[in-house]
Amino acid sequence: MNLHNRGGFEVIKSAFGPEVWAIVAPAILDTLYMTVLTMIFTLVLGLFLGIVLMVTAEEGLQPRPLFNKALGAVVNVLRSLPSMILIILTLPLSRLFIGKAYGPEACIFALVVSCVPMFARLVESSILEVSKGKIEAAKAMGTPNIPLITKVLIPEALPSLIRAYTIAVIAIISVTALAGSFGAGGLGDVAVRFGYSRFKTDILIAAVLVLVILVQVVQFIGDGLSKYITKKRFLI
Amino acid sequence: MSYAASHRSKESENISDTSSFITVKDLYKTFHTPEEKVEVLKGINLTVSKGDIFGIIGFSGAGKSTLIRCLNRMEIADSGVIRIGEHQIQDLPKKELNLYRQKIGMIFQHFNLFDSRTVFQNVAYPLEIAGYSKKEIKHRVESMLELVELGDKINSYPGQLSGGQKQRVGIARALANQPDVLLSDEATSALDPQTTLSVLDLLKDINRKLGLTILLITHELDVIKYTCNTMAVLEKGLIVEKGPVRDIFFNPTSETAKLFVKINANFSAKQWVFEGEAI
Repeated sequence: MNLHNRGGFEVIKSAFGPEVWAIVAPAILDTLYMTVLTMIFTLVLGLFLGIVLMVTAEEGLQPRPLFNKALGAVVNVLRSLPSMILIILTLPLSRLFIGKAYGPEACIFALVVSCVPMFARLVESSILEVSKGKIEAAKAMGTPNIPLITKVLIPEALPSLIRAYTIAVIAIISVTALAGSFGAGGLGDVAVRFGYSRFKTDILIAAVLVLVILVQVVQFIGDGLSKYITKKRFLI
Repeated sequence: MSYAASHRSKESENISDTSSFITVKDLYKTFHTPEEKVEVLKGINLTVSKGDIFGIIGFSGAGKSTLIRCLNRMEIADSGVIRIGEHQIQDLPKKELNLYRQKIGMIFQHFNLFDSRTVFQNVAYPLEIAGYSKKEIKHRVESMLELVELGDKINSYPGQLSGGQKQRVGIARALANQPDVLLSDEATSALDPQTTLSVLDLLKDINRKLGLTILLITHELDVIKYTCNTMAVLEKGLIVEKGPVRDIFFNPTSETAKLFVKINANFSAKQWVFEGEAI
């Protein structure tokens, strides 16, 4: 159903109809599956990479300027490529490791490669916000680097880290939708195949609606959690 | 030269005195910036005996902070000897340096408490790092908070405390691991006069009760007058005068010390007049 042969109201009504949702509902599951898997990888790898960037920086806890510059350059290169290009570039890798270049699993490689560098930079800047004084105090109490990271830096930066992760998750949802048109499936795929190629405006509306709601929910949870922690610590 | 001054210079020769607990000898430190190099410490000699409250006074940029930070190697000196107890701290390898730092308490101008931790957890932090058992930590933290009279704030967050209370937590945290020395880096400079007094009272109390050696730096002569037994005056990276507080206060010989005494007298006089008017 589209706007060429039907009225606007009818198309919108149809967007909530059972035929449309028979197509959209499975796509939601695919999207959630990809998003959640990428979220986990991004959290672990991004946090690790961000901390490595912070620790090895010239002013960091364990300065390794050369290594830091090289790693920073890799991160910058990955960040400067548009997600679409990254997806195309990583498809051969998916074929190599997973054995196929289509389906939700295949695109997770691309999603992780495109989201981890971004989250790593956000983690780096969040942790750099922890006041020098607190780090000084921890060092003056004889804290080795690992406990300094786990007991001081991460807990102190937690509200900021949660906000950074919220931004990352929203980016993941958006890249997941994009990956849809490269054979990954999910809401992006449905929106392009039905909404764009076959002029099924009602399906396009339904897919967009779900994406909007997903992003809103993520933002709401992220903001809420970050605010809860800040409030609990009586910092606002 | 007055008696006090001659007495002082004689004392400064006794630098390798075995009774001294902290010994600083020929300490030099230069900071290099791209534009220039700044000589911050130009040959500091200092001894502090065990159980003393030793004050170092100086104007901004005199090198006070750098000096105190050299003592727990937060700043690495270019040359010179620093000995605290039997530790020669400039040679300590990293692991031992951390163990040594666990036995040096430090308090700061801006408290530097961890906002993510409650008062209890803040004081417990150095004990966690030192690897104490949960039971031991609980026992120690509770007695520390008793000492600084914050037993009722045990589950509060630093965000809920006033400046004076925060500094008390800072002191409890610094003392939790029973250090040999307490370093105080402008600990009362961010506090109002009344709170300053109560924090200084606490430091004196701790010194008396635990026999703890305290080294404090400040730019306020009142703090030293109220708290310290011995003092040194730092001017542009050099110690220009040292000795008992009373001697220096009544008989300053260096320009900086004279200036400090003059400023102090001016302020006190004004305060007195003001109080007189108020009555």
